[in-house]
Amino acid sequence: MKETKYSICGMCAVRCPVAVQVEDGKPVWIEGNSHDGGMGRSLCAKGGAAFAQRADKQRPTAPLLRMGKRGEGQWREASWDEAYDYITTRLNAVIAEHGGRSIMFSDRGGPFADLRQAFVKALGSPNYINHDCTCGRNVHHASKSVYGLGRKDFSYDYANARHIVLFGRNITEALKVKEVKSFLKGVKNGARVTYIDPRASVTAGKATRYWQIKPGTDYALLLGIAHCVLSNNYYDLDFAERYITGLSEFKTFLAPYTPVWAAEETGIAASEIEAFCRELNEDRPKVIIHPGWMLARYRDSFHASRIIHILNALMGSIEQPGGLFYPKGPKDVGKSGLKSLAALVPAVSEERADGCGSRFPQWDKGAGMLQTAYEAIETGTPYPVKAYFVHRHNPFIALPDTNEQRRILDKLDLIVAVDVNFSETAWFADVILPENTFLERDDILRTEKGLKPGFGRRQQCVKPLNNTKAGWEIYLDLAKRMGKGEYFPFKSIEDIWQFQLQDTGLSVADFDAQGFVKLSDKALWFDRDKLKFGTESGKIEIVNPKWEAMGVASLPPYEAPVPPPEGSFRLLFGRNGYQAHGQHQNNPILCELLNVNKLWINTAAAKKLGVKDGDQVRVESGDEQGTITAYVTDLIHPQAVFMLHGFGTDVPAKKRSVGKGLADQMFMQGKLKEWDKAGGGLNLAESFVTVTPV
Amino acid sequence: MSKYIVTQNVADCIGCRACEVHCKDKNNSGPGAFYCRMIEVTSSAGSLPRIDFVYLACFHCEKAWCVDACPTGAMRRRDKDGIVYVEAKSCVGCKACITACPWTVPQWNPETGKVGKCDLCMDRIDEGLEPACVSKCTTGCLSFTTPGQASESARQAFAEQLLRNRR
Repeated sequence: MKETKYSICGMCAVRCPVAVQVEDGKPVWIEGNSHDGGMGRSLCAKGGAAFAQRADKQRPTAPLLRMGKRGEGQWREASWDEAYDYITTRLNAVIAEHGGRSIMFSDRGGPFADLRQAFVKALGSPNYINHDCTCGRNVHHASKSVYGLGRKDFSYDYANARHIVLFGRNITEALKVKEVKSFLKGVKNGARVTYIDPRASVTAGKATRYWQIKPGTDYALLLGIAHCVLSNNYYDLDFAERYITGLSEFKTFLAPYTPVWAAEETGIAASEIEAFCRELNEDRPKVIIHPGWMLARYRDSFHASRIIHILNALMGSIEQPGGLFYPKGPKDVGKSGLKSLAALVPAVSEERADGCGSRFPQWDKGAGMLQTAYEAIETGTPYPVKAYFVHRHNPFIALPDTNEQRRILDKLDLIVAVDVNFSETAWFADVILPENTFLERDDILRTEKGLKPGFGRRQQCVKPLNNTKAGWEIYLDLAKRMGKGEYFPFKSIEDIWQFQLQDTGLSVADFDAQGFVKLSDKALWFDRDKLKFGTESGKIEIVNPKWEAMGVASLPPYEAPVPPPEGSFRLLFGRNGYQAHGQHQNNPILCELLNVNKLWINTAAAKKLGVKDGDQVRVESGDEQGTITAYVTDLIHPQAVFMLHGFGTDVPAKKRSVGKGLADQMFMQGKLKEWDKAGGGLNLAESFVTVTPV
Repeated sequence: MSKYIVTQNVADCIGCRACEVHCKDKNNSGPGAFYCRMIEVTSSAGSLPRIDFVYLACFHCEKAWCVDACPTGAMRRRDKDGIVYVEAKSCVGCKACITACPWTVPQWNPETGKVGKCDLCMDRIDEGLEPACVSKCTTGCLSFTTPGQASESARQAFAEQLLRNRR
């Protein structure tokens, strides 16, 4: 018998809606869920490799207990009971000695995190942390300081835009299927695209203007643009009058930052900057300046993002077709939302170990900050952290300096990894609890905000092939064994779904036909005369007194980046459209597309070193070194070198990819302690390496 | 040429290689074998970088070199629509077709010791569906069509562009 099941892809963190055809219990076809018009049947390469992931045996296929030293790779298969006993014995010891607060948990956030947050709370810990210190924290906090709203409180209407401006937002390769389709529709409709990046990614090839900016000078370019926009009145005066505060301070601050000044800093001609600003004026309000997705790059990325947020407001592009819009939730259409699982658990009043909301008052408590949690592990301040759950999250390659991370995490009494793959971090754990692939698991329902809000469901399409479990099952099992069952009064995923839907008037069966339920037939736009912002003043604050009181200057003077020392290059990294976050380099199909990374180096810079395209070169930083093939090209700035991220794994179980290529984060020595002080994002583009011919 | 053709709108292609993966997932082509390939062509000569991708599968020739070269009749052409395909049970793995094809389109499967190639997912076509690569293309830049239809829609798009740009 053949049936179609609607679900949500889990090959990467974008989580696209999918349709899976199942015949006699076997998955036979997967495609985009075409009930979602923006998606159609489209599916990216990662989604297309989902069945291959499920069949792959180079993954954890049963609970594993560590035998040798941490990271040695000596594992013993165990029953779930034994693995749970191992964990609860040690957890109870940690709690007895240090309290529940000494447990921490990290994942990759997202729409299914509610249950995991409930689990952490139930153990008595405030230390739920997501991955965002290596992703969008700077963008999020910048948005909070300008709009009083988070970064996810805005979406982008690319299809109707007249001008799309991307500061390193590699929209065609750091790929979201619906977003890239909307983007290409905009391009087809004649939108201008300005792409700014020291390296020309595929997105540069779609642009109408490409600026190969000097690395580390985005803030300078943005100040020059803001200067030009303000001094020529290239902005929406009515919108600014009504909604923006601090314009006069902004003008005064910007006075020295002329396009001519910016040209000097960035290497982009003043005339080009001025021409660009004239276009913005022609194209507004249908202008999108993307504030960044992953923006853990430079020490001033928060402030660069902040200027972008301000420029979008000056374009008058807020809640505007072809510009930015508020993603509407159930409440906006007069409906009730999903009930929260975490809300069933009493609040934990303890201070967070990572200092969010205390030592770092400006940072959101909700998502935490992993690098400062590491400090707590290291120093025992503000209190000892002794147990760590790492859930399908791979800090060892996401954060800088894997060796330093190993040293710090080795101070823990217990490390539990829940994962589908052998991540580098899981390989260092004491226990690996293998999770079902997304094809094999249900998850809690998710809220889908947008112009037409709704809810979506990931459901089990096929039975697990191995001795694995779904995440929800694992955390319910563990919570019950830890004596916290009262907060999880559920026996099955259906119980959870029914609980979540309790106030909505919907039933679980409503998701069968399409995989999602829409709460509104027509797109909802707010009245632009009554826009609300979350700041104290209710306005868009160029100067935010609340943030200033927390020690974050709204408009700090520009400081030029340190240029790379002679013979060194700034190390940049990124991804292609088919392998993300080191999760796919060992996939049986995706490994065939690319199994080793190269080092992009500028033609003139390579010539100086005597390096030719295809030569082997040695890359070095501190005591880290490795050999890689050079890709000599004009498509990268002379001060930078670039490599794709996620290669060079040292996990021997990943036989297709182990030892192939280099891992950028290994060369970011000392960078675990360097981050944007305002936004909290790690400085992942502030490392220098030397390159020498082999 | 089979009565079908797969066309590609290069402007909409982002080189995400989903076509290659959807093909491999559906057709099990074996390690290292790709029935379709996205070939990257870059240039930094102009003021804007050119980073384009060209889709190459099989042309399904009207008078196919591979069919003529095959000594066992494994490589054949379907009468009703001209699709060139391999009948696996007759393939002896001699690779004559690979040598004969001017574009080296037939692919070697080291696991089966036989040749495989694009058959436009003819089982899907027979069900009224499109080939995997086209059906699930991330951006919709691939189209499964006929030469006549392809020409018609290209002309239509050009005509609309002409009128849009009229002053």
